[in-house]
Amino acid sequence: MANLKIKIGNLQLKNPVMTASGTFGYGTEFSDFIDISRLGAIIVKGTTLNSRQGNPYPRMAETPSGMLNAVGLQNKGVDYFIKQIYPTIKDIDTNIIVNVSGSCVDDYVATAERVNSLSNIPAIELNISCPNVKQGGMAFGTSCKSAQTVISAVRKVYDKTLIVKLSPNVTDIAEIARAAEDAGADSISLINTLLGMAINSETRRPILSTITGGLSGAAVKPIALRMVWQVAKAVNIPVIGLGGIMNAADAIEFFLAGASAIQVGTANFVDPTITCQIIDGINDYLERHGYSSISEIISALEE
Amino acid sequence: MAIKKYISNLAVIQNTAINSQTHLLKLSSNSALPTIIPGQFAELRIDGTSDVFLRRPISVNFVDYTKNELWLLVQKVGKGTQKLCELRENDNLNLLFPLGNGFTLPGDFTQKVLLIGGGVGVAPLLFLAAELAKLNCCITILIGGRSADNLLLVNDFADYGKVYFTTEDGSAGERGYVTQHSILANEKFDKIYCCGPTPMMKAVGQYACQKNIDCQISLENTMACGIGACLCCVTNTVDGHKCVCSDGPVFNINDIKWNND
Ligand SMILES: Cc1cc2nc3c(=O)[nH]c(=O)nc-3n(C[C@H](O)[C@H](O)[C@H](O)COP(=O)(O)OP(=O)(O)OC[C@H]3O[C@@H](n4cnc5c(N)ncnc54)[C@H](O)[C@@H]3O)c2cc1C
Ligand SMILES: Cc1cc2nc3c(=O)[nH]c(=O)nc-3n(C[C@H](O)[C@H](O)[C@H](O)COP(=O)(O)O)c2cc1C
Ligand code: FES
Repeated sequence: MANLKIKIGNLQLKNPVMTASGTFGYGTEFSDFIDISRLGAIIVKGTTLNSRQGNPYPRMAETPSGMLNAVGLQNKGVDYFIKQIYPTIKDIDTNIIVNVSGSCVDDYVATAERVNSLSNIPAIELNISCPNVKQGGMAFGTSCKSAQTVISAVRKVYDKTLIVKLSPNVTDIAEIARAAEDAGADSISLINTLLGMAINSETRRPILSTITGGLSGAAVKPIALRMVWQVAKAVNIPVIGLGGIMNAADAIEFFLAGASAIQVGTANFVDPTITCQIIDGINDYLERHGYSSISEIISALEE
Repeated sequence: MAIKKYISNLAVIQNTAINSQTHLLKLSSNSALPTIIPGQFAELRIDGTSDVFLRRPISVNFVDYTKNELWLLVQKVGKGTQKLCELRENDNLNLLFPLGNGFTLPGDFTQKVLLIGGGVGVAPLLFLAAELAKLNCCITILIGGRSADNLLLVNDFADYGKVYFTTEDGSAGERGYVTQHSILANEKFDKIYCCGPTPMMKAVGQYACQKNIDCQISLENTMACGIGACLCCVTNTVDGHKCVCSDGPVFNINDIKWNND
């Protein structure tokens, strides 16, 4: 058994496989299929200060090797999370990370502050990259200045591991990543979904109620990989890679490109047991290539 | 309340075309099937290729626990269902099942129940009819379709109750929509179970509300995960957005808020 342990800020992971926010519910949805305590971390649904209804149906369109979603951060708000959901998941033997979303700086700060008080939540992932909300969301993650404003404001009230999730819908991802690092992020995760669109030619209508939505799944992997590689070179904090990881070989590619950990998203819909297969597959790869620890392959791309 | 879900491979033991658009797939499990409630569905992995990336939700059409057989009724509407209809004997099919909340069976078995199905929407109603028959309910079945060729499983339903039809072209049964069938005007029912195209379920829902009859419908929203994790499949209800996959697919008509209501 190779050593799969990895550290992200102060966060100790038993292995580098996490689940991507919005694709794994609160984790328990998958417990009939896998032992969710085997995971390095579970990142739960996007959580906002106030409850959000999300966008109208239809919110999903399948596309070649991927899907568009326009869920729009449906959740019952951080107080509901703390009272009703946190008690049911806090004792799962893995890291539970809350994905914090918002539409203005004050909302992000207030949400992060409340999550800070939860002893069994060792980290948050600040979502400044959601393409499916009208105000804020992705807008914060598409300019260095606004990214810095929201990250430094949250940094002031949040003292545990702060992961910042970046949007790929930008011209220079490295520049935003450096801005996030300067503003106090402990780690960067990327990518969130790519803005996309689907049309039904027969009805001449958009398929999603919101017209545009976020693309995820195997189709986005080459873009995600390129961005992880660029960001890993640009910053000194650990990078968490995601976007289109469908199996262990995909995950290995992200480590080689510079990721210290990875997240699995859309692949959970295709196979709800895939995360555990990826953990086993990473171990097999390391043993097969004579590595004793995951850290040996991070940024090990031979250029 | 939570029913344990499984991921398993079932073998195709029979694939029969029952009309040009619809196939009946009989699957067999080599371990005992879990208890399945009528109205529950399975998420089928087609092949994971770029064309059919996600799983496809299909209702459980019938369960034979003695033979460990699970039946699916599949209508070809696109690439995924096309591939399902092309499956051959001994092919394996990967299922997540049983998913969702099924129909609530009546507590009082002297009740007169009406099952209304349209097109491939009859699929979950066959298993429902079989389970209701075990409870000795008095079952009436009303099936609607565009024409005689679209009326599915008529003979199978006849084992469990009296079967009536409507067709839009009048080629079988009464001409028109299910809600125009004379039996709705002439007989009184205690409960209605309905699955079919949305306009049909809306119309049946209206009838049920007018007559104050308890009515459950099964919705077919597009899904990604099928297990309540992604929130892609929501429908609008009196309590806000609910997931069709995990809060449904069966809902009481009084809880549904249709889009343009
Ligand atoms: C709970 C549930 C139970 C179902 N039970 C059955 C069943 O027993 N038998 C059966 O044949 N079908 C059933 N369906 C519908 C079935 O899932 C879809 O027809 C199927 O997913 C379409 O896949 P496709 O690749 O063939 O079509 P696609 O190529 O994905 O789409 C082709 C066309 O079908 C439409 N479509 C796609 N998904 C759906 C959907 N979920 N509902 C309605 N239209 C859709 C698309 O808008 C498009 O116009 C059920 C759906 C749900 C949610
Ligand atoms: C249905 C769905 C809901 C999502 N919800 C969120 C969310 O609430 N917060 C967030 O940061 N990302 C969300 N995402 C983005 C994913 O976490 C991930 O960044 C993206 O899907 C790319 O990874 P993948 O290709 O492995 O899915 C969502 C993605 C999907 C498909
Ligand atoms: S399909 Fe994912 S929540 Fe229903």
